[in-house]
Amino acid sequence: MVPNDRKYTRDHEWVMVEGNVARMGITAHAAEALGDIVYVELPQVGDETVMGESYCVVESVKASSSVFSAVTGTVVEVNEELDAAPEKLNEDAFKNFIAAVEFTEINEDELMDAEEYEKFCEEEA
Amino acid sequence: MKSYVPNTEKDRLEMLADIGMEKMDDLFADIPADLKLSRPLDLPDPLSEAELRDLLHAFAVVNEEGGPLFRGAGAYRHYIPAVIPQLAMRSEFYTAYTPYQAEMSQGMLQSLFEYQTVICRLTGLDAANASVYDGATAAAEALLMLRDNKRKKKVLYSAGLNPDVIAVMKTYAHCAGLELVELPLNDKGVTDVSAVAPNMEGAAGVIAASPNYFGCIEPMAELAAAAHAANGLFVAYVNPITLGVLARPADYGADIAIGDGQPLGLPMAYGGPYVGFMAATKKLMRNLPGRIAGETRDAEGNRVFVLTLQAREQHIRREMASSNICSNQMLCAIMAAMYCCVMGPAGMREVGEQNVAKAHLLAKKLEKIEGISLRYPETPFFNEFVIDTPYAKEINEALADYSITGGLILKDGGMLWCATEMNGTDEFDFVCDIIQDTIDSMGGEE
Amino acid sequence: MRSEYKLIFERSHEGRRAYDLPPCDAPCAMSEIPEGLRASAPLALPELGEVDLVRHYTNLSRRNFGVDNGFYPLGSCTMKYNPKINEELATVFDEVHPLLDPEMSQGCLALMKEMEDMLCEICGMDAFTLQPAAGAHGELTGLMHIRAYHEHRGDTGRTTIIVPDAAHGTNPASAAMAGFKVKEIKSAPDGGVDLDALKEAVGPDTAGLMLTNPSTLGLFERNIKEIAKIVHEAGGLLYYDGANLNAIMGIVRPGDMGFDVMHINLHKTFSTPHGGGGPGSGPVGVKKHLIPFMPVPRIEENDDGLYYLDYDKPDSFGKIKSFYGNFGVIVKAYCYIRSLGAAGLKEASENAVLNANYIMNKLRGVYEIPHDRICMHECVVTPTEEMMKNEVHTSDIAKALIDRGYHPPTIYFPLIVHEAMMIEPTESEARETLDEFIEAMKGIAEQVKTDPAAIHAAPVTTPVGRPDEVTAARKPIVKYEG
Repeated sequence: MVPNDRKYTRDHEWVMVEGNVARMGITAHAAEALGDIVYVELPQVGDETVMGESYCVVESVKASSSVFSAVTGTVVEVNEELDAAPEKLNEDAFKNFIAAVEFTEINEDELMDAEEYEKFCEEEA
Repeated sequence: MKSYVPNTEKDRLEMLADIGMEKMDDLFADIPADLKLSRPLDLPDPLSEAELRDLLHAFAVVNEEGGPLFRGAGAYRHYIPAVIPQLAMRSEFYTAYTPYQAEMSQGMLQSLFEYQTVICRLTGLDAANASVYDGATAAAEALLMLRDNKRKKKVLYSAGLNPDVIAVMKTYAHCAGLELVELPLNDKGVTDVSAVAPNMEGAAGVIAASPNYFGCIEPMAELAAAAHAANGLFVAYVNPITLGVLARPADYGADIAIGDGQPLGLPMAYGGPYVGFMAATKKLMRNLPGRIAGETRDAEGNRVFVLTLQAREQHIRREMASSNICSNQMLCAIMAAMYCCVMGPAGMREVGEQNVAKAHLLAKKLEKIEGISLRYPETPFFNEFVIDTPYAKEINEALADYSITGGLILKDGGMLWCATEMNGTDEFDFVCDIIQDTIDSMGGEE
Repeated sequence: MRSEYKLIFERSHEGRRAYDLPPCDAPCAMSEIPEGLRASAPLALPELGEVDLVRHYTNLSRRNFGVDNGFYPLGSCTMKYNPKINEELATVFDEVHPLLDPEMSQGCLALMKEMEDMLCEICGMDAFTLQPAAGAHGELTGLMHIRAYHEHRGDTGRTTIIVPDAAHGTNPASAAMAGFKVKEIKSAPDGGVDLDALKEAVGPDTAGLMLTNPSTLGLFERNIKEIAKIVHEAGGLLYYDGANLNAIMGIVRPGDMGFDVMHINLHKTFSTPHGGGGPGSGPVGVKKHLIPFMPVPRIEENDDGLYYLDYDKPDSFGKIKSFYGNFGVIVKAYCYIRSLGAAGLKEASENAVLNANYIMNKLRGVYEIPHDRICMHECVVTPTEEMMKNEVHTSDIAKALIDRGYHPPTIYFPLIVHEAMMIEPTESEARETLDEFIEAMKGIAEQVKTDPAAIHAAPVTTPVGRPDEVTAARKPIVKYEG
């Protein structure tokens, strides 16, 4: 269910690190909790992100939720597909990243692996 | 004394008994006793309906209004077709709340969707919101749209905007930490286009009005081009009743069009309620503040209208919302839409042409009087223009004796005159005669 | 019967007209305007005859529901009856231009001045401005006073507004718009302000606290004096959100509770119609120490007893709306106060509170009452565990009420109560109306047990069924494309 090729935050985001670039998205658990996602307010390429701070907002009909960055750095790519098809996050949150960030700071100790994240979700429930 | 409370004393006692209380005061047991008001409020004695009607009519009489009016400057006397106030007084409309329960609010939601369509068609833009309080607050909200879209904290504005609009923009900008830079007018009474480029560093965009406060039609295409050349957005503040005859914001490249809808079927009513309209390109749709009605379907496939894109708004985003607005001027918006639909394409053109015709005739007649000059004789105008005369105060006093309201005396001593389809040309000669007499009687005193 | 209804654009027929203008004997002057500045095509507006236009809107109105149609217990919105005489009398001023010389507009100025004075007395404040156009606009204006006050004192570190988590969304949004940071504090278990959380939250950065009292749960904040003391001692000011003023007219005043600045919703407490979402009016009242910062113009009286508009207020933070406010709305509220007088206003509040407690009491045992104590003018109830097990939620109960002829209560607010239904009957309703509504609520509770599918299918009596809001938001269609 939860892919083990990446790490997870306590705010239900996933982060996949390749070199100094972190690809980030939200987990299926987060997408489900939000319900039908109707809009993703994407960051722009060149935006600065700060670890633990919001870099994106995801909206359902009756809620909006900040997505927090796992790293500090600069946005180098955004998933423009989500602009026209936000429902992709409901369909497969793990396949659809939100943004890729070239980072200068990351705290790997704070991140969980798949097993730890699944356990975290269970405990939260 | 009038009371709108239907429950009788007997009802109340029974209801109190039902909840285990004896007297009304028991209901307020949670309020600390020392805070409670120990005396009746000191208010005027209550009035019967008949007395109230007499009182309000007495207030109205003190106003001494009703004669010919040659004043605009942000509020205009236009003809209001009889159907508009009558339809707006359908109490299913005016006693309703915001249409949050779509199934039982289709009338309001569809009317709103139609209003948004009307605003899009007037301005030529792609999307309109459900309206804001008035033109001035629309301008203030537009500043925030520019800031959010461009993520820059500086906006250039034309000195030709209505002073009330500028004042409100300044108040909001101070709170938002926005820098406002004024673009001066040139000697033709329009914004100095060459002032845009040197000021665009770090600016999100430009906002200008046409016709501007002094009545002049601005070179909006040039202003828009100058804003765009520096990667800025252009906001057009327009008088909507001009749009049957004047170029539309989308025609000259505006990204956002705003203004006050009062000329479209709303009474002057001493300054309100009016309606601020806001329209934008598709790209900027989500930056529009407040409510927006949208079309969707129910399970059977019927077309249904709903409030949509709500997750942008304060009740969901709270402090992250781009605006705190939680209402719109719904009834006023619907009246404005009704007006445009009564007028249709031909009526909107004709009312525009009449305003242009009346104002130009008046300007010509005034200009002929010695001691009066048109301030911007070469600049095209719609229904307002500025004259200069040393006798402004005396002219208005003389006109007031005949229950005529002359042009507005500006801070710089000029007079801003307005003529609409409501001013008969016979009034013009009468007014000019009075002015001529006034100036003659002042002769040599200058 | 379900039915779509054509848009006015779909009724257009080329050549029809409903307009009629005065004859124009001035020569056409369009040639005075260069072609490049003129419209290049006619506006794409509908063409209809007058009767078709009238029927269009009349039939649209029949697809709508107002207070005049039936009971509208929408919590926090105070959907009381809108007296007809007030509508009539507001039109008396329709022809008054806002920039008349003051000698010509003495009637309007006198009315506004008297209104300000009456609101001061009702609220225990020292001055009022009528300029704000709505409640949220009033909040923003009120917060601008707080900002200007601290700025004027050079106390520039006061950048944070504290807002309880039970507050209306406009509170934090207004604070952000006024340039403040927002600090949210959790409510105590009884729904009131948690005094320890408040003490923890205040500090040298505190600009003020925004509070609704009675709270958004419909409960009077019993610790209000203590709260005022904590905020004031920390150097902050206290803001009163007047959304719930209808509970306390003539009984207790915000000014006496210790509030420094407040707004009123004339369209709630003072009976002016909501107009389907506006126009409203949100006057702001302040204590003496905030008067210098009020928006211009202020209405003043000169030595000859003439009223005039004074723009010469050097410490004012400026203007927040064109002209002087939603005058037409102010007139209606003025009429309301003059009709009722002191005793009538108190009677209104007392009966609003009585009606709410009557409903709450009768629903006890049928629905859950999360904060079960004397309520003020509104009560919050929720579905029972059992209803939720049947997959019936607050939104379903709301839709079922529509089929029974009622406008539903406010739902899913306040946010701190899961599945909240906030019921505000107002004083306008007779006991029989309340009894019928209570029976309807009980009937729904019963039907949840016997036929939950019927509840999920509601509403069935409306012209359209539940809209697909997800598609509306994902693929927004915000204008007619035909």
